[in-house]
Amino acid sequence: MLEIRNLHARVDDREILKGINLVVNPGEVHSIMGPNGSGKSTLAQVLAGRETYVVTEGEVLLDGDNILEIEPEERACRGIFMAFQYPVEIPGVANTYFLRMALNSIRKYNGLKELKPVEFVKYVKEKMKIIRTSDDLLKRSVNEGFSGGEKKRNEIFQMALLEPKLCVLDETDSGLDIDALKLVADGVNAMRSPERAFIIITHYQRLLNYVVPDFVHVLVDGKLVKSGGKELALELEEKGYSWVENSSQSAA
Amino acid sequence: MENLVLKDVESYIDGFARFERSVAGNGWSWLSPLRKEAISKFKELGFPTTRHEEWKFTNVAPITKTSFRLTERATALPAGEELEKFTIPELDVFKLVFIDGHFTPELSSIKELPEGVKIKSLRDALSQERELLEPHLSRYVDLSDDAFSSLNTAFMQDGVFVYVPENTVLPEPVHVLYVSTGTTSPTITHPRNLIVAGKSSEATVIEDYVSLGEGVNFSNVVTELVAGENSHINHYKIERENRKAFNVSTLRIEQLRNSSVSTHAVLIGGALVRNNIHPVLDGEGGSCLINGLFMATGSQHMDNHMLVEHVSPHCDSRQFYYGILDGRSKGIFSGRIVVHKDAQKTDAKQTNRNLLLSEEASIDTKPQLEIHADDVKCTHGATIGQMDESALFYMRSRAIPLDKAKAILLLAFAGESLKRIDLEPLRVYLEGVVAEWFSSEHLNLG
Repeated sequence: MLEIRNLHARVDDREILKGINLVVNPGEVHSIMGPNGSGKSTLAQVLAGRETYVVTEGEVLLDGDNILEIEPEERACRGIFMAFQYPVEIPGVANTYFLRMALNSIRKYNGLKELKPVEFVKYVKEKMKIIRTSDDLLKRSVNEGFSGGEKKRNEIFQMALLEPKLCVLDETDSGLDIDALKLVADGVNAMRSPERAFIIITHYQRLLNYVVPDFVHVLVDGKLVKSGGKELALELEEKGYSWVENSSQSAA
Repeated sequence: MENLVLKDVESYIDGFARFERSVAGNGWSWLSPLRKEAISKFKELGFPTTRHEEWKFTNVAPITKTSFRLTERATALPAGEELEKFTIPELDVFKLVFIDGHFTPELSSIKELPEGVKIKSLRDALSQERELLEPHLSRYVDLSDDAFSSLNTAFMQDGVFVYVPENTVLPEPVHVLYVSTGTTSPTITHPRNLIVAGKSSEATVIEDYVSLGEGVNFSNVVTELVAGENSHINHYKIERENRKAFNVSTLRIEQLRNSSVSTHAVLIGGALVRNNIHPVLDGEGGSCLINGLFMATGSQHMDNHMLVEHVSPHCDSRQFYYGILDGRSKGIFSGRIVVHKDAQKTDAKQTNRNLLLSEEASIDTKPQLEIHADDVKCTHGATIGQMDESALFYMRSRAIPLDKAKAILLLAFAGESLKRIDLEPLRVYLEGVVAEWFSSEHLNLG
């Protein structure tokens, strides 16, 4: 589904990603872990299409098409979803309106009929059975005045609503208490399917107790230096990032 | 009055002599001293230049360099259908239509009025309602340093007169539609409005300036609004003339004890717009809301000039003015709050927020507080910013196309201002007008 080949990216004059290679197949859950400043969020932003990050080398193929030249909105239509580390507040724009615009853009792109407000409300109610959220959050302006946990839950709810094929979670777990973390994990687990893949970017192993990954990769200084199964996360938790940082330096 | 052309100060003064003779037979002779005083004030002042402190950011040369024709009553009226697009859906109104400055009963509808209420053209009121007019007309607007209001007073001949006696609620808003139809030579009109609301009365008045033609029109407007004790008045001004129009207007509000006035402006039209708002809180317990949204593009120039005077104690004033500026347009917000020495416990607040959508657009914002009392609460704040890039990216990452995302952000910004409009059908209508402005070809959303 997704193939990242020798991806290099910079922001301003600083090179952050220095040759990432990764293959993600449908149904797989990959976790990318790494210390602060290793390039985790940059990778997420590059996949979503943020223009402040400039790709200098490499390719990102989604179902065989290089998506790097494609606008962020079209990437979303093709099934890429990034849950933001810091979801943006948009005062004056009702969450339901925002979600309906988003869903209808994707439906339109895929040749489906756009949902009318009444139909949309019905659709939302269905999704609310899977991902617990409150009516109140839907009525309010997008993320405005939401607590940290509410913002992250709103991201997961959006993900459930838009039904992407590739979900990129950018440190969705950071800053959450254990209850909020479980809610996020329940949402992700409910959405796991043979057609859908996840890239879970995290600093901590904690989330992976609830969402069990198929693969764990360690990102250090813009490169994936180590890959393994779910046990790698536990090993990292135990030994700390300095363990891979040192070993990658000695390898280099 | 054939060929009465007005341009430089002398031509206005010569023109005034001929204008006075032409209206001499109308039973308006009681107005003559007022007019003469006003024209001599204009002669003394001349048109303001940018050396004038209150006109520092607005050069009126486009007005003084244009030869305007004083409009006659139109012989051919526009068809009613042409005005339909200016009708506010789901809102029953007393409708007064003015074609090129002249009241046009054929296009207006003033249904049955409650006892004692007067809603009529100023032209009729000048002949029929002298005893109601005389205590108020031109008693509030300050001509001492105002050339445009002086000209209006000298040349006034039509406008709307609304009189609501005490303990009376106007059942429907008054919608005053000023239509300019000119297509060829530039025209000038001097709409003059007087709204007198008695004790414990309620009324809503909508002033709406529109163009049918592509010609240049200069609307030089004065509105005086007297809010009697304990009255509740809502005033709206919509400026949506064509982008060649000039609109200089002065709204002078006189507020008596415990009165509550809200005045909302939505400005999208005109080449050069000067929007003067001058409430005087002249009685304890008054409150005033001044809300505005101005949106300019191309080379439009919009100058908003507020002077809020707190004369009496325990009054509140709230100013919210929001600007969206694109193209090479220029916006100005000048907000002066004067708290006189007896106006203790004044609570005055002013907020001006602006969005600049292009490199060439500009805004000057100038708050001024002048406080002569010692126990007051006055705050002001101004912001100037661009569209929030992170919000745009957030929406795009959710599949919303860039142009749509921009429109959503702009509507949200404008919506902050429009949501203060209580009259729901009007608010919904104006949201539509604003949305249309955003999607119009003139706005570069690329």
